[in-house]
Amino acid sequence: MSYQGRFRVWRGDADGGELQDFTVEVNEGEVVLDIIHRLQATQTPDLAVRWNCKAGKCGSCSAEVNGRPRLLCMTRMSTFAEDDTITVTPLRTFPVQRDLVTDVSFNYQKAREIPAFAPPADLQPGEYRMQQVDVERSQEFRKCIECFLCQDVCHVVRDHEDNKEAFAGPRFLMRIAELDMHPLDTADRRPAAREEHGLGLCNITKCCTEVCPEHIKITDNALIPLKERVVDRHYDPVVWLGNKIRRRRD
Amino acid sequence: MTDLERHEYDVIVIGAGGAGLRAAIEARQQGLRTAIICKSLFGKAHTVMAEGGIAASMGNANEKDSWQTHFRDTMRGGKFLNNPRMAELHAKEAPHRVWELETYGALFDRTADGRISQRNFGGHEYPRLAHVGDRTGLELIRTLQQKIVSLQQEDHRETGDYESRLKVFAELTITEILKEDGAVAGAFGYWRESGRFVLFEAPAVILATGGIGKSFKVTSNSWEYTGDGHALALRAGAALINMEFIQFHPTGMVWPPSVKGILVTESVRGDGGVLRNSEGKRFMFDYVPDVFRTQYADSEEEADRWYDDPENNKRPPELLPRDEVARAINSEVKAGRGTPHGGVFLDVSTRLPAEEITRRLPSMYHQFKELADVDITAEAMEVGPTCHYVMGGVEVDADTAATAVPGLYAAGEVAGGMHGSNRLGGNSLSDLLVFGRRAGAGAAEYVGALPRRPAVAEADLAAASQTALAPFRDEAAENPYSLHQELQQRMNDLVGIIRREGEILEALSVLDDLQARADRAGVEGHRQFNPGWHLALDLRNMLAVSRCVALAALERTESRGGHTREDFPAMDPQWRGVNLVCRADGTGRAVTLQRQPVPEIRVDLLALFERSELSKYLTEPELSRLDTGSEQ
Repeated sequence: MSYQGRFRVWRGDADGGELQDFTVEVNEGEVVLDIIHRLQATQTPDLAVRWNCKAGKCGSCSAEVNGRPRLLCMTRMSTFAEDDTITVTPLRTFPVQRDLVTDVSFNYQKAREIPAFAPPADLQPGEYRMQQVDVERSQEFRKCIECFLCQDVCHVVRDHEDNKEAFAGPRFLMRIAELDMHPLDTADRRPAAREEHGLGLCNITKCCTEVCPEHIKITDNALIPLKERVVDRHYDPVVWLGNKIRRRRD
Repeated sequence: MTDLERHEYDVIVIGAGGAGLRAAIEARQQGLRTAIICKSLFGKAHTVMAEGGIAASMGNANEKDSWQTHFRDTMRGGKFLNNPRMAELHAKEAPHRVWELETYGALFDRTADGRISQRNFGGHEYPRLAHVGDRTGLELIRTLQQKIVSLQQEDHRETGDYESRLKVFAELTITEILKEDGAVAGAFGYWRESGRFVLFEAPAVILATGGIGKSFKVTSNSWEYTGDGHALALRAGAALINMEFIQFHPTGMVWPPSVKGILVTESVRGDGGVLRNSEGKRFMFDYVPDVFRTQYADSEEEADRWYDDPENNKRPPELLPRDEVARAINSEVKAGRGTPHGGVFLDVSTRLPAEEITRRLPSMYHQFKELADVDITAEAMEVGPTCHYVMGGVEVDADTAATAVPGLYAAGEVAGGMHGSNRLGGNSLSDLLVFGRRAGAGAAEYVGALPRRPAVAEADLAAASQTALAPFRDEAAENPYSLHQELQQRMNDLVGIIRREGEILEALSVLDDLQARADRAGVEGHRQFNPGWHLALDLRNMLAVSRCVALAALERTESRGGHTREDFPAMDPQWRGVNLVCRADGTGRAVTLQRQPVPEIRVDLLALFERSELSKYLTEPELSRLDTGSEQ
């Protein structure tokens, strides 16, 4: 049942670091986070790792396992062979703080730049009426646990640090889609999606969808429909003319 | 002190779960400059783990529901030991707190006519839980988080700074509440990332730190649940009540070992799931206690009819309050009728079509598939009791959430009284919202009326810093991880779901020993993001809280709600009116226990019950108040 597993774990801080080799006991039914915890308890008490619920619900323990963005608590050891060496490294897109912990403040900054839900002025609390079929589209996106694996994997920012300023990333473009599809939201979110949050930089390679631990169809259900809505608006000649006239009056 | 970051606020909220965020929203809306402090990242608090829903008598699924029925159910669930004023305020205000969430952008599941859908849950007479599939806690935390952001956006438009009135300090742990002349002056803590010390000077502190489950081995709680707020309050001079009452949720995962304790939502039973033992028997029919006999079905046939026709049939006994179901499962396993991994079977696969299961219980489907390789649409789950919630907590004023320490407030799981001896499922999320808001308002009123702000004494700062640095010792030291594992194992074994005098006494002596060893706990490395150091500091809180639990469990010689004494198995009306109160000195070690009367139930609230039901809980003199109508 138990065996000695081989692990390479990145240790270091903002100034640099290296992969260190460890041999650790692995038991039946365990996940990678269990192994990291065993390392802390028995070999490296100061190994830094972020975690919380250990049930795939809070999205804290994001890291890269053999180069793939994963939740450590949902990566089962049984998916590897006993003689595999398992490499655990911090999220590559964000600056390292220490060991497996990265500075994810980029995401909180982007969250703040998306205008909040704009409630209808004529409805009092308790008067909201929405059909299940109409809330379901946005509900899918609200399953997001903000693990930021989609933000980590997206090559727009993973490989291009200089895009970070102009690009909200899949999670927050999905947030715009969520609000745009909210049956009672009153704001017009489409121009800003393109002009301020970098929707045009996404070229729908679906990497975000592939790593989503909640299996949200980020590309198909959020990003592509949002692109279509923005394009309809932007290139519809009547809307174009209307915008021109309105702007001239201002 | 040189290595110290200083901030000044009107109020600081410790904890960023449902109660903390709702408190912060209220405080900021009432004009206070507010800091929110959380041990984790913003939006990761334990509230995300709540699955089933928010209890509120909106009457969307059954228009007969009302605050009075919700109040009755809450008191029954708590075996009448609840603070009745808290239960009343909670039942009256919960619907408004839920509707308010919709104005923040929440998207609950809907009824056919477009209102908020409500589901059945244990101990609730009508379908009462507003929900989003089985991820209601995530919806709650995200909605409140997004409301905080929207307030910050307002402030940005006005002042050019998102954080001018409301700031989140994430991954920061508070280790002491600081006072002047008995009143709150601020709080001291450290950044987890850098290890740097931080002082918050503030005349009001709201504790919203959640529970204590990490003192037990098998628990549904996350690492944050180390009883910080309970211990901070204790050391600051506030009282803890009802600490003997700990809820063991009946259905936690039991296999594989690494996920043992992870929650399986009560919605599985609310939506039709049943419990069976290894002989295939629906055993809950054998465990309906007398006080609930008239409300629960006698046969499987009647129980099954109830889902479609609740007017003419009684409820299935799987939906008894959690304490009853947890004890029943414990008994079945003990009698040798458990599953291969020491639980019982929870089956929804033979009760609902597969697509209905994945629609109503998506997280459960996902959790079992990915962590246990079990397909819940095709086979039964194995489940057993897991430490889930502490009913006990800081003693507060019902209307303002104020503690006995001026300037100190508490709301949510860290506060005591609301749930009596046992909490109903769904009453936690509503508790967070109702009393989080009241704590924010209470703190605002206090700060507004304050003639002068108390000052932090430099000597207190030096002492707090010295205590925090103690684990960086040179001499041979105890390993905090080993101490923690030992504490969890011993609390689980000795003060767990079923308790006996001899074992509780043993626990108290074990706690003495662990305390002595924790004083020598040492850590390697430096202060930057050092989990060994963090744990060594959290241990102090877990030990203080565990001592309160054990002392109160020893004193209460009856069984009620989340406290079961094998040597005193009956519920005793003489104990119904008694709260056990723990207080401590400034170190949190010298804990004393006193008895104190439970706040009296007003006659108009007593009159909501049949006398025959009340006679099962109350003493004769208490019942006689119904006849004279007098407030004693």
